[in-house]
Amino acid sequence: MAEAHPVGFQWVVEAKRRGATIIHVDPRFTRTSALADVHVPIRAGSDIAFLGGLVNHVLSNDADFREYVVAYTNAANIVDSDFQDTEDLDGLFSGYDPESGHYDPTTWRYEPPEDPTSDEQELQQELEHEEHEGGSDGHAQAHLAAQSEARGSGGAAVPWKGRRDETLQHPRCVYQILKRHFSRYTPEMVQEVCGISPEQLRQVAESLVANSGRERTAAFCYAVGWTQHTTGAQMIRTASILQLLLGNIGRPGGGIMALRGHASIQGSTDIPTLFNILPGYLPMRHADQHQSLDQWLADDEGKAGFWGESRSYAVSLLKSYWGDAATPDNDFCFDYLPRVTGDHSSYTTVKAQIEGRCKGYFLVGENPAVGSANGKMQRLGLANLDWLVVRDLQMIESATFWKDGPEIETGELVTEEIGTEVFFLPAASHVEKAGSFTQTQRMLQWRDKAVEPPGDARSELQFYFQLGKRIRQKLAGSTDEMDRPLLDLTWDYPADELGDPEPETVLREINGTGPDGAALSAYTELKADGSTACGCWIYCGVYADETNMARRRKPHWEQNQVAPEWGWVWPANRRILYNRASAAPDGSPWSERKRYIWWDADEGKWTGDDVPDFIPDRSPDYVPEDGAKGPAAIRGTDPFIMQTDGKGWLFATVGLADGPMPTHYEPPESPLPNPLYQQQNNPTRRSLATASNPLNPSYTEVFPYVFTTYRLTEHHTAGGMSRTLPYLTELQPEPFCEVSPRLAAERGLEHLGWATIVTSRTAIEARVLVTDRVRSLRLGDRTIEQIGLPYHWGPNGLVPGDSPNDLVNVTMDPNVYIQDKVGTCDIRPGRRPRGSALTAYVEEYRRRAGVEETTTEGTQG
Amino acid sequence: MSRRSDTLEPRTVEADKVVDSVCPYCAVGCAQKVFVKDGKVTQIEGNPASPISRGRLCPKGSASKQLVTSPTRVTKVRYRRPYATEWEDLDLETAVDMIADRVIKTRRQFWQEETDGKRTRRTLGIASLGGATLDNEENYLMKKLYTAMGAIQIENQARI
Ligand code: SF4
Repeated sequence: MAEAHPVGFQWVVEAKRRGATIIHVDPRFTRTSALADVHVPIRAGSDIAFLGGLVNHVLSNDADFREYVVAYTNAANIVDSDFQDTEDLDGLFSGYDPESGHYDPTTWRYEPPEDPTSDEQELQQELEHEEHEGGSDGHAQAHLAAQSEARGSGGAAVPWKGRRDETLQHPRCVYQILKRHFSRYTPEMVQEVCGISPEQLRQVAESLVANSGRERTAAFCYAVGWTQHTTGAQMIRTASILQLLLGNIGRPGGGIMALRGHASIQGSTDIPTLFNILPGYLPMRHADQHQSLDQWLADDEGKAGFWGESRSYAVSLLKSYWGDAATPDNDFCFDYLPRVTGDHSSYTTVKAQIEGRCKGYFLVGENPAVGSANGKMQRLGLANLDWLVVRDLQMIESATFWKDGPEIETGELVTEEIGTEVFFLPAASHVEKAGSFTQTQRMLQWRDKAVEPPGDARSELQFYFQLGKRIRQKLAGSTDEMDRPLLDLTWDYPADELGDPEPETVLREINGTGPDGAALSAYTELKADGSTACGCWIYCGVYADETNMARRRKPHWEQNQVAPEWGWVWPANRRILYNRASAAPDGSPWSERKRYIWWDADEGKWTGDDVPDFIPDRSPDYVPEDGAKGPAAIRGTDPFIMQTDGKGWLFATVGLADGPMPTHYEPPESPLPNPLYQQQNNPTRRSLATASNPLNPSYTEVFPYVFTTYRLTEHHTAGGMSRTLPYLTELQPEPFCEVSPRLAAERGLEHLGWATIVTSRTAIEARVLVTDRVRSLRLGDRTIEQIGLPYHWGPNGLVPGDSPNDLVNVTMDPNVYIQDKVGTCDIRPGRRPRGSALTAYVEEYRRRAGVEETTTEGTQG
Repeated sequence: MSRRSDTLEPRTVEADKVVDSVCPYCAVGCAQKVFVKDGKVTQIEGNPASPISRGRLCPKGSASKQLVTSPTRVTKVRYRRPYATEWEDLDLETAVDMIADRVIKTRRQFWQEETDGKRTRRTLGIASLGGATLDNEENYLMKKLYTAMGAIQIENQARI
């Protein structure tokens, strides 16, 4: 965190000053470790085993925050008797289909009620219908379309709340299932998987337990060290389980903080430029599952919790896209939404480019030739387009691959044979346009414009507005049905004389307007009848009272410590989500020290420094009537208001592609067999078979070492914004690899000399840093060596170098299609071969490792 | 302080205006003050009023004046014809017009009214990547336009 989110880390240091214990878990010793109380070196990719060891410690010592766990989580829920665990099936859960590689999650459900109400029956039928519709597997389809991510602001729906045993003794209650599942994650097992000693594991566990409960809270911060794995979503799930058991969610000083890597990566997820979701985490329309507006909303509509109002959010979005053309008679232009049929994610799209099925490409402030895994795949895709538009500040590698990319050097690509037409359009910088970023705590902050962009540089706002106008002009008068969505689009933003639209009018459209055209103040005002329009329901309120709330800049010294008048946080300017959990079930604070939101019985409302994340006047003793729906179905003691059962999920009955509980699997390339189960890899991982993406076989002598990539403080991601600046390049001028003294001795690597690092994809060279910062890890009776590779470099910029991402294979997490950044490799002293000798060198490694040959890749469509 | 340093003034003193901004690198979201003189950025500093950053910037945030004033920034449209070995100049308006033509053509060429018997109303010919470095308003317009085009392979850095 000190390395990649340095200014955020000041709060960790502040906490330490006030007595907090700081624990840093990382394969390397970094600037974060230097300021931490404890550094825990770990084998990259083994985090579920480590966190599972902590969960096991908590459960086997009855160290959970029992009152919180019973009241606020699904620990007491009884699970279906057909459910089978990885304990029973040697690494698989019940419902796995080896042919398709997908799970049917039916047996993961809560036990069906003996006497279901008619509503419950209906919901179950709906779910079953979805599962088996047309003989196809609905769950598999949903996961292929990455729909679990449509839960970005709430959980998946369950048909019934289920029977509970609040003594937690029932053998099939979640608590007992969890206990059995994690009992395998003993301190000895953790050592064998992660290389962490039992003493150190105990130290971490005891410290976490001592700092949780009524009087204290503990927090987790993570970044792509957890997300970039074939088990990434489940790593974060393990932390969620631990934090729920310890009562650390929804309370001040608790939580699980995603430290995100780009200025508005949170915003571009909320208002997504992503294939699987629409603004506000509404799922993209699926061709099979969503043949009507009703079907599209059926998952959530009417169910308990705030997702129950999804029709209002969806209709308001369609109204803001298609305005007057969207009427109740045409289902608000629902037919205009294009349909997904499966995985259309970035890597899968690159494969389609290589195969000639996708011919036009916009790259907007992203440099996949350096920043994405397996750079060669990316560049082969770029070389097979009809046209490419690159919008950036500097001449990045993704724009120049045809001239000087690594494949030009090796002869795999020839400039004169690349048919891609390339447009490079300069972009405006952050000070040359006004607009909002959403930072990592969901906070929108507005930037004012300082200067005009130079030359041809333009904002994306202007480029896309003008492009849309031109396309609409060219299609004007078309009677072709396929052009209607473009021609009926609301696309008339007020612009200045240069054609630059006024960004606040776009923010206002995102916020939403009511029947009278005035800006709305809260998403609870949205209607399903078409009388309101709203571009992103979770952002409703950012323009309340016709005021740009994201532009509020009251100094922190003039506010309380929540600082609610700086920027605006979605939803409803709420700083801590699910903060009803900061009070006990009866509505009183868990303790004076941790007082945050509580029930004021005299006033009959929830109160505190933050905006309560609960229905403002719902008393703690409220019990919903049978058959209540939407927000009315939320009990006074259910803090997790976006979940249909109001509980934090220790066990996920639906929503995940790879199981209701986390399980450790080895990365797709690993130096050892999975010590926990026969099942080596995540059985539902998504592989990408193409000639330029060969995999190293696991536990081969040819690729004996683990490598992982990471960031440096002085650079930013693929380097387009940092390798081009003299200050930053002076601070970090060259690519390097970090190796332990033991590995250096084993391979004859010299400090400050050169090394060649090789995988089945390619070989790169980097300077050698021999350092104790990278430890040789003892796993049982073997020693594992890890190589650390900062990934910021590429052939362009002030300080060129080979790109470590060229080494990384593409095998993806089945929930979110993110690649695994951990792989195996070999390392040798000296520089890498040049030209065609490089391909021959890598070819020889593949031959020795017995990598299966895939057919040669055509680069022309 | 020497007599000479006594006479020195920081660059920030002579600014014509100071504009509130936010660091464009990572997602911490540190607040910046942008100093402008004669229409040029002369300095970028942290804003002490921010409850997030309390005036601090890391090496990247502190270097962001170089980001916006960099001499290697490309400020003219560059165009590479198919099979060409060099860049050419191209007028911005012409470039946008040519891109609009290509969008229309590729969209039509790869249009799928139906896929495997199901109505899909989409094109798989056009993809887009990037958004995490851009503004919310920009992401909003991008997704809106692409959705109306029927383009669905729209992705950004969040997938990495
Ligand atoms: S100054 Fe550093 S820590 Fe702050 S937002 Fe910028 S890159 Fe992140």
